[in-house]
Amino acid sequence: MSDWRELQGQMRATGYVATDDLAMALHLALMLGRPLLLEGAAGVGKTEVARTLAAIRDTRVIRLQCYEGLDAGHAIYEWNYQRQLLAIRAAGEGGETGAAVEERIFSERFLLARPLLEAIRQPVAPVLLIDEIDRADEEFEAYLLEILSEYQITIPELGTIRAVTRPMVILTSNATRDLSDALRRRCIYTYVDYPDRATEMAILAARHPGLEARLLGQIVGFVQALRKEDLEKVPGVAESLDFAAALAGLGVNDLAGDAVALQAALVTLLKTQADRAAVPTEVAQRLAGKAA
Amino acid sequence: MRVVGQPTRFAARASGPAERMAGFMAHLRLNGLRIGVEETGAALEALAMVTATDPYEARLALKAVCTGSLDEFAQFDDLFAAYWLNRGRERAGKSAAGIESKRAASAQSAQDGNTGGGRADQPDAGRTGEVEQGGDGRLTGSRIRNLMRVDLREVVSPADMTDACAVAERLARAIRDRRSRRHKAGKRGARLDLRRVVRASLATGGEPVRLFHRARPDRPVRLVAILDVSGSMAVYARVFLAFVKGLIGADQSTDAYLFHTRLVRITDALRDPDALRAVNRLSLLAQGFGGGTKIGANLAAFNRHYAKRLVGGRSVVIVLSDGFDTDPADLIGAELARLKKRGCRLIWLNPLKGWQGYAPVAAGMAAALPHLDLFAAANTLASLAALEPELARL
Repeated sequence: MSDWRELQGQMRATGYVATDDLAMALHLALMLGRPLLLEGAAGVGKTEVARTLAAIRDTRVIRLQCYEGLDAGHAIYEWNYQRQLLAIRAAGEGGETGAAVEERIFSERFLLARPLLEAIRQPVAPVLLIDEIDRADEEFEAYLLEILSEYQITIPELGTIRAVTRPMVILTSNATRDLSDALRRRCIYTYVDYPDRATEMAILAARHPGLEARLLGQIVGFVQALRKEDLEKVPGVAESLDFAAALAGLGVNDLAGDAVALQAALVTLLKTQADRAAVPTEVAQRLAGKAA
Repeated sequence: MRVVGQPTRFAARASGPAERMAGFMAHLRLNGLRIGVEETGAALEALAMVTATDPYEARLALKAVCTGSLDEFAQFDDLFAAYWLNRGRERAGKSAAGIESKRAASAQSAQDGNTGGGRADQPDAGRTGEVEQGGDGRLTGSRIRNLMRVDLREVVSPADMTDACAVAERLARAIRDRRSRRHKAGKRGARLDLRRVVRASLATGGEPVRLFHRARPDRPVRLVAILDVSGSMAVYARVFLAFVKGLIGADQSTDAYLFHTRLVRITDALRDPDALRAVNRLSLLAQGFGGGTKIGANLAAFNRHYAKRLVGGRSVVIVLSDGFDTDPADLIGAELARLKKRGCRLIWLNPLKGWQGYAPVAAGMAAALPHLDLFAAANTLASLAALEPELARL
């Protein structure tokens, strides 16, 4: 059996059903030591890839959640100004010389490591998850690129900190803006789409092993049909997992049989008022009937 | 610009594996994928790590290494089959056209059901089934489409293009520059808030232990341009395209679309640093250029597929259209209202408004009016330039 099939199997064992595309991309990213860029709609399990990988490699996930205005101080490192000031003050009273104090307050003890710095200083290679990179600014993207190619961080007062181990980097993007070509070229790329019927069945079966096969088929059929409807927010895998859990909790064993329970469970799938209005009981029943 | 005379070096005719791979990379590059020497190296490395003799594994591996965006991801399988399985056409240019049209077709299929091919010389509203999709018919279909496409290279004259670009960049800047210049107390920021630091230091005997910052709230405005290139707009389309290219050039986050009977995202094509290739790509995307109009349906498609990701409270959506629509007018009103709900500002630039005695009586235009923040003329470059103060005030 080839290596990437093995990886796919390991992911399956931890409860993540990966498509061939994804498994191969992840395998190559690990083998080539390149970052993996995952793009796709919200709720298709991009972030979960990082957790699964961490579980397989038995290491930790260091997560950097990107947002508009994210700066180096929050992503890489920051000096602990308050501690430095206190140290200066204490040194002043102790009669220490200026040079000695300066030497001391710009040492690692006064450094606050943020995710990126932390990730390259781990003794065991962690999984570095850079979530929703598309939300960060382009300037940050450029800086990130430098770190991802060199795996070293330069702190003017301290010098260059080289990576102890190379973290396994996974970037996710919801494609709210175009990422720079340079970043895309650095990364192994894969697009995570909504799963097809068979894959989604496998995912649900892996996560909710107690579900009856017939109901499982109905749920997947229903969700797949719902994705084709004209919705503002198309339900992802996370939503269909919730949906299955909700149905199990409500004690439903036939989707078409219990209109009230189905309508109640829809809150886990439809997240805006307009979508709720677009799927009244009749539509839900029609979809459930088709799925059954 | 593609060199038309240069044939794809097919795998079967190459002498060794390395040359075949190099040929494949060249083939990808010819088809618009962003591939450099580094990728070729990475691809060879990747192949060494899988069972390279298994076409399926090799395809997955090369796909992960060579693609970098959804478009590329979607077209890769066809490119792979065309090269390795020798299903492609003899000339790279043609095969590229097949792929580009596939891409356009996939953009088209995003608008479920609303297909309709465009022809330059006849209105085509409501006509469906232009492409024989599926199976092996695609490449053949692409040749017919190829002849149908209007070559925008001749349409966009260099002088107009430069002018329109310059005006557009000025406008884009006028809209963007309204971001806040004030400094406000913030959790972090480049500057220290000296007043607050000193005030707080009183409590610690004059030592500034707690630091306060002042940040400049950044409120960049995001532009989205939606350009109508239907038959009635054809005379203006060339200069408007240049105008949109200018808008795009001013800022990385600007987005552009064009529509006739269907909506096509043209941001990537316009961003192409090679101007000639940008125009070339556009002309492939703009099949149906000068055909019928479906403003309402296209706005609906925009709302459904792009708006939720790309339009927010800080967006300005610019529609360039004359408002003549073959769809029911109330659809335009409803879709604009829906778009407006996202909190964006709406600008409608209508070339007809510059005409003497124009009144927005076209049903579509009348339906749109209540939702607009600015409704302005756009029949000359001068009238576009005159918009600058208005936009700055918006």
